[in-house]
Amino acid sequence: MARTLINAPKTAKRGDVIEIRATIGHPMETGFRPDENGKILPRNIIQNFSCRYNGELVFSAEMFSAVSANPYLAFHTVATESGTLALTWEGDNGFSQTENISLSVVA
Amino acid sequence: MAEIFTITRRQVVLASAGLAATAWVCPALAQSDELAVAVSTYAAGKKITEGKVKLDIAELVDNGNVVPIAVTVDSPMTPANHVKAIAVFNEKNPQRDVVKFTLGARYGKADVSTRIRLATTQKLVAVAQMSDGTFWSHTVEVIVTLAACIEGEA
Repeated sequence: MARTLINAPKTAKRGDVIEIRATIGHPMETGFRPDENGKILPRNIIQNFSCRYNGELVFSAEMFSAVSANPYLAFHTVATESGTLALTWEGDNGFSQTENISLSVVA
Repeated sequence: MAEIFTITRRQVVLASAGLAATAWVCPALAQSDELAVAVSTYAAGKKITEGKVKLDIAELVDNGNVVPIAVTVDSPMTPANHVKAIAVFNEKNPQRDVVKFTLGARYGKADVSTRIRLATTQKLVAVAQMSDGTFWSHTVEVIVTLAACIEGEA
């Protein structure tokens, strides 16, 4: 399990736009860099990130080698109802991790 | 002694040539038209208009390994009129694609940010696809002082 750092409000008013910021510990090895023996290191990146709000996809990102190590993403969504935001990272070598955060919406 | 010196000097010259070759970590730098091809492929050949999109990035980048970028699009973000997707392309990294975002109808605010790598001084293009099918873009030129590809060099 890679370490993640997720910053999102715990409560929000209905209809508010909330910002979610998420980072995951990952080398994002580009596949273009040589090691100390001059051999190219195999690519190991996170290719996909998605955020589902109570099952509905609100945001997704397709990432390439040009995204920095420990990929950081900041995005928004409208708080509509209380529930769970499921953040999923998927990548090379079968990498897959999901973090759930709960959001309570007050009227 | 003189002979040995000559050989050594030759070796030194050869060795430095070898070093110069290994220092070339990034695969051959691509042309700007490759960028245009990548952008038009993304837009499926549709017309891309300059405007509405703002790619926010430092003009002078100190460290190419971690470059914060933010893309904002001028859009009301209503279910009827919103941004469907945003993509960022570069000119001179080994790959044209940087990142592609897909935004849901409930996204709320057309603003997304991340951190990217830049191999050298180059052009960046952000393209946004609207729900009505139009494409908008913003092109930025950035100067990179420390390139991302240097790190990890043997």
